[in-house]
Formats: sequence, C-alpha cells, structure tokens
Amino acid sequence: MNPTSAAAVPRLHPKARLQRDDVRGRDVLLYPEGLVTLNPTGAEILGLCDGVRSLADIVTTLEQRYGASGLERDVTSFVEALAAKGLVVYGR
Amino acid sequence: MDAKPLWLLAELTYKCPLQCPYCSNPLDFAGPRFKQELTTEEWSRVFREAKALGVLQLGLSGGEPLLRTDLEGLVATAHQLGLYTSLITSAHRLRKDRLAALQRAGLDHVQISVQAADADLSDRIAGTQAFGDKLAAYHFTKELGFPLTVNVVLHRENLHQVEALIRFAESLGAERIELANTQFYGWAFHNRDALMPTKAQLNAAWQVVLRERARLGPRLEIVWVLPDYHEQFPKPCMGGWARAYMTVAPGGEVWPCHAAGRITTLTFENVRDRSLEWIWRESDAFNRFRGEAWMPEPCRSCARRTVDFGGCRCQAFLVAGDAGLTDPVCSLAPHRHLIDAAVAQIERAAAAGVEPPSLTYRAAPASRALTAKG
Ligand SMILES: C[S@@+](CC[C@H](N)C(=O)[O-])C[C@H]1O[C@@H](n2cnc3c(N)ncnc32)[C@H](O)[C@@H]1O
Ligand code: SF4
Ligand code: SF4
Repeated sequence: MNPTSAAAVPRLHPKARLQRDDVRGRDVLLYPEGLVTLNPTGAEILGLCDGVRSLADIVTTLEQRYGASGLERDVTSFVEALAAKGLVVYGR
Repeated sequence: MDAKPLWLLAELTYKCPLQCPYCSNPLDFAGPRFKQELTTEEWSRVFREAKALGVLQLGLSGGEPLLRTDLEGLVATAHQLGLYTSLITSAHRLRKDRLAALQRAGLDHVQISVQAADADLSDRIAGTQAFGDKLAAYHFTKELGFPLTVNVVLHRENLHQVEALIRFAESLGAERIELANTQFYGWAFHNRDALMPTKAQLNAAWQVVLRERARLGPRLEIVWVLPDYHEQFPKPCMGGWARAYMTVAPGGEVWPCHAAGRITTLTFENVRDRSLEWIWRESDAFNRFRGEAWMPEPCRSCARRTVDFGGCRCQAFLVAGDAGLTDPVCSLAPHRHLIDAAVAQIERAAAAGVEPPSLTYRAAPASRALTAKG
C-alpha cells in the first residue's frame, strides 16, 4: 500500500462505530460483520479521526497530550491497518 | 468455561409475506410454539440482559421484522444500550419514511435479501411480487446513507445469475454482497433435493466470484457462504456451540443458533421463565455441546476440532439423527455417506435430464399440514 501522507484526513467509515464494552472492560470498533478490539491508545487515536484533523494534527495532539515525540509511525500504521479493513476512510 | 456472547439474533416474528422455499425458519413456524410473540417490554428486557451479558451485535430478523409495528421503539432501545443494530429484511412494503424513522431511532446497518437478479425469477422464488419493493428499498437505503448488504440465497434455480447479482450490487453502491449458498435447515432441508445445485453449477459460480473479486477489489466485498455438502470439512458453525451466539425465537425460546430449535433431544428454555444469563450459563441446551468434552471420535482426537468445533449440531441431528455426532458433512465422519448419497442423487438426476422435484413454498397452510403429518 502507498504510504499515507501526513496531510490525509482520516475518519471512521459510516458503517463503523466506536463503543465501550463495559462487560469486558475495553473499547471496540463495531461494524456489520463484527468488531475490532482496541487498546486504550487505539481508541484514543480513533476518537481523533473526526474527518477534520489530518494525520499530522492527530500526531501533534497526542504528542502534546503525553509530552512525547516520534509517535508518527505508530499512529500512521494503526490508522492504515484500519483503512485496509475498510473501517477508516480518508477525506473530509 | 467463561465464554460471553457477542451476537444476539432476535427473531421478532415468523410472519412473512414472502414464501421462499429455501427459508431456514422452522417448518412449524405457524404452529403454537411460536404464536405468543414476545411483547415490546419483553424484547426490551431481553436486549438489556443481552447487553449486560456481553452482547454487542444485534440482528433484527424473522420472519419479516418489518411486520412488528414496534420496530422503531425496539431499535431505539437497542441503540440506547449501545448495541450495533442490523435490520435483516426482505424490504417488503418498506417505505423510505419508515427507514428514515428507523435511522433516527439509531439503526446502524441494513441487509436486504433478493431472490434473483431479475423480477421474474425473484418473484417466482419468493412466491410473491416483491422485487419492485426491493429495488426501491436498495436505492433509498443508500440515499439515506446506510451501509448496505445485499443478501442472496443461492441454489439450483439462480446460481447461473451470480455474475448478474454481483453487478447488481455494484450498481447499487452496496458495501457487501452475501452470496449465501443454501444451508439445509428448516424449509431448505425439506426442499433439499429441489434446491441442491450440481457440482458443475457451483464450480462455474465460484470462478465468477474469483474473477469479480479481482476486478472489484475493496469496492465491493463478496462473501461466499460455503455450500457445505460439497466441501471436505464442515463450517465452524456459530463459531462453536454456545461460544458467541444466541438466537431468541419469536415466542421467547433461546437457541444457540437459529436452526437449533429443531433438535428434539434438547429442551430449550424461555426468556419468560428464566433470565438470559441463566439460560446462557446454566441451561442444559447451552452446556450440552459447549467446549470439547461432548465430542465423539473422530473429532475428539482431530487437530481441526479447535477450528471447526466438530461442525454443526443441527446438521448432525437432521442428517444422522443425533446432534452429538460429528457433522456428517465432514469427510472423516462415519455418516459422510449420507451426504455423498444426497449429492450423487442430484448429479445422477441432472445427468439424466430429470426435472428436480417441485418446491414446497414456505407458507402457513403448508406449515400446518407438515406439522400435522409429524
Ligand atoms: C430467515 S431470513 C429473515 C429475514 C428476512 N425475511 C429476509 O429474508 O431477508 C434471514 C436471512 O437468512 C437468509 N436465509 C434464509 N434461508 C436461508 C438458507 N436456507 N440458507 C442460507 N441463508 C438463508 C435470508 O436470505 C436472510 O438474509
Ligand atoms: S427467507 Fe423468505 S420466507 Fe423466509 S423469512 Fe425471509 S423473506 Fe420470509
Ligand atoms: S473430524 Fe471433527 S474436528 Fe475433525 S475435521 Fe471432521 S468435524 Fe472437524
């Protein structure tokens, strides 16, 4: 797959919905055929995929939130994996 | 064993204006067992209990779920609980304003079945004029912005249309087409010899699927539900008995899958008498085939037992007469010869140019007649 540009604007595909799974104490992404289990970081990234922020914005937001740096690769590969499953799309 | 259910299939009613001879609903759908449908309040309680047990996915099906006038309210309740809701429908008499109301109530996904790629064949298989409504509904489902699954049950009469069906789903802008080879339960089992395709038909259709998948890529997901009689190994039915799924039938009986009600050697509990949690954890029907302890040989010492869980209990019951046997579809099963015989008979008849037997349509009078016969 082509490397995704930092200017790309990810958002959830309309078929996908973030949901708290209280019974199992985790966040999940639900879609017609099933679900993806998310760790807390993944849920946080997806929460920022709002169709307004670019990948670069999301990285900056997270880096500021945690006083960290170098998150770009992790964030991009996480979002790309969900895009490959058709659960995230790019564009406003 | 601490399995928690993820999926609940709510069969809201067995009433249906269509009469598909492949219908997986019970043969006795019109009988007393399913007559006292759960009320709105009872379904709401079931959804609450299901969510508390771990269910995240809710299928609203039947019969025809649109016949429930309280469907909007049920969707709203499920949505407030955080369940992902799919409407599984024939779309008969569905209008855009009703679907819009369901959307406002929180419906997430719509699956509409069609019987064939053209009106003539589709209506003939449905036993009802239904194609026009379906076509309109496919379009306004997309206009409203819903994710759409097109579902088609495949059999001898329509397998030649697989390419046209895929093109149809593509033209609608659907996300997904489910090409569901007939699973032989309920009315489909009763009509098995008329519905079962030949190996040549299946091979030709499969080639089309491969070609179309390559052409379409991720634009349209093409799901091919395996024709298990023609396979070597069984399907991992329901991801294993009582591991992730349950079905609540119209009268409140709870089953590990939508075909299990036919297994007469099990006693099924009812949500009117017991909590869903008790039924899931404690009831004999759910525990009987959970895990691996129940497995006979050859499953017990087979490496695939963690992959297919010994196949389908309902199929073992229907074909071999005992729900506790290896799925007869498995090439290692002692009863595989029964499947081979059914398949061979179809091939022989087709080779000799013999017409398949006539179909029994799924309708209340036929249901009562068949049930009376026993
Ligand atoms: C029993 S129907 C009820 C919902 C609605 N009446 C409809 O047909 O869409 C649920 C789903 O199962 C599919 N189905 C019915 N009988 C089947 C069978 N024998 N094998 C595979 N799928 C089947 C239908 O096409 C539909 O998508
Ligand atoms: S499969 Fe056909 S007959 Fe059965 S419930 Fe659906 S529309 Fe009705
Ligand atoms: S023997 Fe049992 S476990 Fe092994 S493949 Fe057959 S059904 Fe599956």
